Amino acid sequence: MTTDTPSTPLAPAGPLLARLRASLPGRILVRVLSAVVLLWAVATIVFFLQHLVPGDPALAILGGAAANPPPDAVAAVRAQYGFDQPLLVQYGHFLGGLLHGDLGDSYTMKEPVVAIIAEQIVPTLQLTAASLAIAWAIAIASTLLSAGRPGLLARIGSGLEVVLAALPDFWLGVVLLVVFAVTLRWLPVVDGGPAGLVLPALTLGVPLGGFLAQVTRDEFDAASRQPFVLSALSRGARLGDVRRRHILRHAALPGIALSGWGLGSLISGAVVVEVIFSRQGIGQVLVTAVTSQDLPLVIGVTFVVALVYVIANILTDIAAVAVDPRLRSSIGDAS
Amino acid sequence: MSALITAENLSVAFDGTEVVHDVSLSLRPGSCLGIVGESGSGKSVTARSLLGLNGERASVTATRLEAGVDLLRATPAELRSLRGRRIGYVLQDALVSLDPLRRVGAEIAEALRVHGTPRGEREGRVHELLAAAGVPEPELRARQLPSELSGGLRQRALIAAALALDPEVLIADEPTTALDVTVQTQILSLLEASLAEGRAIILISHDLAVVERLADEVLVMKDGRVVEQGPTSQVLSRPQDPYTRRLLAAVPSARSRGSRLSDVPPLELSARDRSALRSRPAADGPLLEVEDVSKRYRGPDGRERTVVRDVSFALEAGETLGIVGESGSGKSTTAQIALGLTEPSAGRALLDGQAWSGIPERLRRPRRRRISMVPQDPLGSFDPRWDVGRIIADAIPAEEAPAGEAPSPRGGRWGRLFRGAGSRGPSERVVELLEAVGLGEGYARRHPLSLSGGQRQRVAIARALATAPEILVLDEPVSALDVSIQAQVLDLLADLQKALGTAHLFISHDLGVVHHVSDRVLVMQDGQVVEQGTADDVFFRPRHPYTRELVDALPHPTLQETA
Amino acid sequence: MTALATPPTTTAPAEDRPRARRPRSASSLRSVSFWLAALVVALVLLAAIAPGLLAPQDPLEISLGESFDAPSLAHVFGTDQSGRDVYSRVVHGAGQSLAIGLGATAIGLLGAVVLGLLGGLGGRLVDASVTRVIEVLYAFPGILLALILIAVYGSSALTQMVAVGVATMPGYARMVRGQVLAVKSSLYVEAARSLGHSPARILRRTILPNAFRPLTVLVTLGVGQAIVWAAALGFLGMGVQPPTAEWGAMLNAGRTYIQQAWWMDFFPGITIVAFTLSLTVLGRHLQRSTDSGATR
Repeated sequence: MTTDTPSTPLAPAGPLLARLRASLPGRILVRVLSAVVLLWAVATIVFFLQHLVPGDPALAILGGAAANPPPDAVAAVRAQYGFDQPLLVQYGHFLGGLLHGDLGDSYTMKEPVVAIIAEQIVPTLQLTAASLAIAWAIAIASTLLSAGRPGLLARIGSGLEVVLAALPDFWLGVVLLVVFAVTLRWLPVVDGGPAGLVLPALTLGVPLGGFLAQVTRDEFDAASRQPFVLSALSRGARLGDVRRRHILRHAALPGIALSGWGLGSLISGAVVVEVIFSRQGIGQVLVTAVTSQDLPLVIGVTFVVALVYVIANILTDIAAVAVDPRLRSSIGDAS
Repeated sequence: MSALITAENLSVAFDGTEVVHDVSLSLRPGSCLGIVGESGSGKSVTARSLLGLNGERASVTATRLEAGVDLLRATPAELRSLRGRRIGYVLQDALVSLDPLRRVGAEIAEALRVHGTPRGEREGRVHELLAAAGVPEPELRARQLPSELSGGLRQRALIAAALALDPEVLIADEPTTALDVTVQTQILSLLEASLAEGRAIILISHDLAVVERLADEVLVMKDGRVVEQGPTSQVLSRPQDPYTRRLLAAVPSARSRGSRLSDVPPLELSARDRSALRSRPAADGPLLEVEDVSKRYRGPDGRERTVVRDVSFALEAGETLGIVGESGSGKSTTAQIALGLTEPSAGRALLDGQAWSGIPERLRRPRRRRISMVPQDPLGSFDPRWDVGRIIADAIPAEEAPAGEAPSPRGGRWGRLFRGAGSRGPSERVVELLEAVGLGEGYARRHPLSLSGGQRQRVAIARALATAPEILVLDEPVSALDVSIQAQVLDLLADLQKALGTAHLFISHDLGVVHHVSDRVLVMQDGQVVEQGTADDVFFRPRHPYTRELVDALPHPTLQETA
Repeated sequence: MTALATPPTTTAPAEDRPRARRPRSASSLRSVSFWLAALVVALVLLAAIAPGLLAPQDPLEISLGESFDAPSLAHVFGTDQSGRDVYSRVVHGAGQSLAIGLGATAIGLLGAVVLGLLGGLGGRLVDASVTRVIEVLYAFPGILLALILIAVYGSSALTQMVAVGVATMPGYARMVRGQVLAVKSSLYVEAARSLGHSPARILRRTILPNAFRPLTVLVTLGVGQAIVWAAALGFLGMGVQPPTAEWGAMLNAGRTYIQQAWWMDFFPGITIVAFTLSLTVLGRHLQRSTDSGATR
């Protein structure tokens, strides 16, 4: 019967993009290409923003207008950094540098930006990874313990999640620091080995965990009401089995999709947390750079964070495909 | 012979509210018991209590409830070994009844797994089961996801999963709902074959015709009670209960043409209403002509698809032209073209003999009031901020909504806060329109969400009539409604057409409905008109093989003979 | 029978009842949280409008003899390094913090509405380019965009507000665009078109009101978010400069003395938590009540 034909994707025969999207490696290629375009746009924006700065960058390098450097020193710095060349030429140099992994030199630290970032990014990535793990642990524990259970338990669970999600990192960090490091002295006040990672990671992970738990719980509740649950039960499956094998998988989907965004928010939260706990990391670097208006460093950090963010989103996409096989076979369009 | 399933005085309550009252039934080996009822009649809840599947909130009482084990005293483990092994259960809507994230094969294997089939034997068994359920290429299908299968194949896979352990009893809850009529027959044949193998079946359906084809015995349920019970032929040909009789009379078909389906008295329009709403054809000749229209779309993969191909028809004043076809036949796109909402890729449409397609929207706009639509999903077609009065007032030409009538974002204290204090009542015209569709003035202040499906459809009809159109385009206007509500809406449409002389373009997948309402009929398949003619010619003397297939698929034997 | 038709609800034999609403079992608990949240928001608003009513003491008055006093009856939130009363400073800081939060939300929304409407209503080409712009802005996670702006323009209350506003914009813009597109393709807009209404009327009476309706909820939640971000910037020393009473600036001052005077950070912080949490609770209430009226 013609109307009863399967709805499998038909052999694609369209524009290049559509054909590429039809296969998984093709789709990843499209994602990577668009990420490159995105990063180019980000670089361009930050480059031109830099030239909107009121005042002379050469002065900033020489310690600001207040330092009142001699004019020939200013001219020398201008020539050294290429500020005397037309803007487009500078832009070309900037892009060329980017391609070689060169983000210029820091005004204040007089070191290559790439070297500074390379040194500082590792502790930040450790922090964000630990935070993300804590967040997921909270989300899954809270969902499995309280979601879909009638009565008070579910209400307490969801209320707690709202409160956790509303805790700002600058406050939670300070409270944790005062309680556990200053008063109880259980953990070091300032960064010190793995133990020093606990409080910062909790500060970042707990609010995100509250947020992810809300999303996961909503989806868990929605999935529990789907007929396929009844259908599985009618075959004789155990309820716990169905929760684990069927429902949790559905519930995890939106959380996974949001994890890329979550990682981004963790990195910007790291800015605050690294300051509170005097931790080394890219956040500290960024704060110092912003306060001293060290633009190459600000741009470098921003660019690298955007890069991490884009990569994280591609990874979440792949994780989502691993959990949701529908994405593997259907023609997905992200927009 | 002892019964496989026995229920005596079964009652089910949720949170203290009883929804099933004193139902008794028994299922003999090898027989088919049909349970018929409209939505909310408690038929699914009854079936689920036979498996202990009503959830924690349900309290089930009965003087006797047995299905091999005593269900009232069974332990969870006993219930689990009953489910799937002794009783297979098939739900409607296989798209959501199969886990969309798992392969079809894994779903079926789950039944085998929980009942202890060794891992190594499962795959082969899954393929056998799929093949037995009439799924072609079972090895391929087992590796696919539910979303990659058609509705018919999904339903077959679901049946295969229910039959995985060769249970003595199969409970099928609305197994054919939402399937195209030709696919419906295939699924019914599959169930028939299973019955012939000696399996007992409980078949639950809102559709009398489906039950009639399979069931030896039938139970008619209403409001959680059994109102009538007996051998199928007897119940359907000599119904004793008034509800059963109404239900049977409400089924539209060839036999019901020209007669009323519901026992609601005919609508009487006041002379004033009639003159205000009456359509005034502009000229002689057909109101709407569609000439060789085609519509092509480019899919997301870049392929071009033709959804409508060379369709032509003309709609004369005061007549009803039915368009019948299965899903994907292009009938809704045809309606969109008729309404001037979609531009045809080729061909043209004429309204009152003047161009209706291929012209700028600016020229179309003043003529739009001549042609109105009644959608399948009225709720979606209402602005969610508006109450019924505003929805209708918005459609009345040159009548802006009364100034004092604030847009009423309903709900909770916020809604009340925002609602204007000095809002006036609905205008006279709105009241006339509401009355014309059998709703009173009081409905003007209601929000569509607080209305039932039938009431919503009446509001949609009132809105469509607000412009005093010559043509109503009705796209599946009753397919979301229960049979008895469908009967009332169809009667209303007939009354209005008689009083106002409007022409109807009536689109439906339901042959019975189309035959009941239409003067002439168009049969569409894959975007093309395969047959057209008077309703009786097309349905009683079909020439095209596809029409014949459709008519043969109608499971209506006695219902038509008893006419 | 009169000339008018009888309403079928009185004679209708079959059950065609509206679906019953879900029982509101949790409503009492919800309303407790609702009224608590409303109280907190009302207090903060009062503090912003008339701080003198809640805290008669001068927030800038220095009393060196009383520096770093722990919370006591005289100073319920303690005092800071210059002996200023932290409670008065929290109350008097509400105005400026709220202004920054509201201002930032307004800036973010304004930009987002322009972008979102352009994307949702413009042609395919406009939409494609607007989508790219939004996507690029969205690639700067969290307050990073704000930090860039502050790096360029230096820190001040105005940059802080603009920076937070710009940082929130991409999120709003995605939402507005999506909403406009969803409403535009809805059945009720199609119904309005089929009635022959002009595009201007459909835009004015149907598309815009429906597209903007979820924004009321969003704004409630968004103001809280903006205040948190502004406070984070203030905490890092990139906003209002001390000794002005403003929550972010107070957090920044307290950071230095965190080991000896925890109350300097704790109380402004918990005020922000209570306020944003209350806005979230109110926002969710609003969402539920609009959702129940807008499910399609």
